Amino acid sequence: MATEGHAPTASEYVIHHLTHLNNTGHAQENIIDWSVINLDSMFYSIVIGALTVFLLWLAARKATSGVPGRFQGIVEILVDMVADQAKGIVHSAESRRFVAPLALTVFVWIFLMNAMDLLPVDLLPRIWEGMYAAGGGDPAHAYMRVVATADLSATLGMSTGVLLLCLYYNIKIKGVGGWVHELFTAPFGSHPLLYPINFAMQIIEFVAKTVSHGMRLFGNMYAGELIFILIALLGSTATVFGFLGHVIAGSIWAIFHILIITLQAFIFMMLTLVYVGQAHESH
Amino acid sequence: MNLNATLIAQLVVFFILAWFTMKFVWPPIVKALDERANKIADGLAAADKAKADLALAEKKVVEELRKARESAGDVRTSAEKQASQLIDEARAEASRIIAAAREAAEHEAGAATQRAKEALRDQVAHLAVAGAEKILRREIDAKVHAKLLANLKQELQ
Repeated sequence: MATEGHAPTASEYVIHHLTHLNNTGHAQENIIDWSVINLDSMFYSIVIGALTVFLLWLAARKATSGVPGRFQGIVEILVDMVADQAKGIVHSAESRRFVAPLALTVFVWIFLMNAMDLLPVDLLPRIWEGMYAAGGGDPAHAYMRVVATADLSATLGMSTGVLLLCLYYNIKIKGVGGWVHELFTAPFGSHPLLYPINFAMQIIEFVAKTVSHGMRLFGNMYAGELIFILIALLGSTATVFGFLGHVIAGSIWAIFHILIITLQAFIFMMLTLVYVGQAHESH
Repeated sequence: MNLNATLIAQLVVFFILAWFTMKFVWPPIVKALDERANKIADGLAAADKAKADLALAEKKVVEELRKARESAGDVRTSAEKQASQLIDEARAEASRIIAAAREAAEHEAGAATQRAKEALRDQVAHLAVAGAEKILRREIDAKVHAKLLANLKQELQ
């Protein structure tokens, strides 16, 4: 812990940046603790989510079939892209009425949450530290992580949402009986001896889909954030090498990260559609 | 890297945002896109139709022009025919008039010649009688010699 007058060590700096602001005021101790909630992730994801739907709503409110402006144009491009993908993957017009808007929201929302990574890594945490200290708190305890998608709970929350959607559509499309039948007879076939194996495979498939879905996004964003932290650490050495290294590495990584944040948002959206699409197909 | 209640909260936010988009964002934009697609399709169809109409109109114009040219040719032919007929008629009329005039003139000239001959014959008879009077130096009874004179007159013809 940094004390008054002492700059934090490198390890303290990194740990400080990787600790969530939660309702307990200190770092979470257990791996899973349902009594803890990360206030920073919730704050940024809700604010950015509200911004997402506000921007989309703004475009939708003025949408005309005449000549579109630039803003309407870009939103239309997104809508068209998502609608095309949804049409190719989810073969049910009724399901698409909910799934396609969901995919659009997910794409824009995750893209914007990922894009928080491109802000200087110390900007918002330092402002928060100032506010926290002004309120009489110890700035060493003013934790703040601005990238909500670098929070495993947040990404697994979203992938669990997709899992629930898959279960819902499985039951809706195939009926409870049909789905249970499929759980025990796919993928290996209908034979009493194969039932337990089939069922185990199905459970593994659902768990693996959901975990990998959330983990993929989390892993990419967490690693990206960590590299930004390490680059900032390089700059904090306050030497010519450190300064140049920070500028060059920071620029390169930020430019590369533009690709990653877009790609990860796109992948999350596509997998959402794919998993929901799979729920519509009977084996 | 810990799991906590953020997961549940994020899940709820996820569905609320998706619901909002489904309710208020997606329908108007998709409607606008569909409407624009229809508009463009209509516009293209109208352009195609206009092009077809133009081609048709051009064809009609060519046809009308051909017809007009044909009827103009007909009119000219009949006019020429009529004109030549008129000329022929006029020419025939003229030659008829000329022939009649010539005939009348010949007739007149013949009559005049006859009259002149008559007059001359009378005068010759008188001259002959007067000459004979002078020769005989005496009065000849005209009534006695009338037959003689008539014979003489006959011979002079």
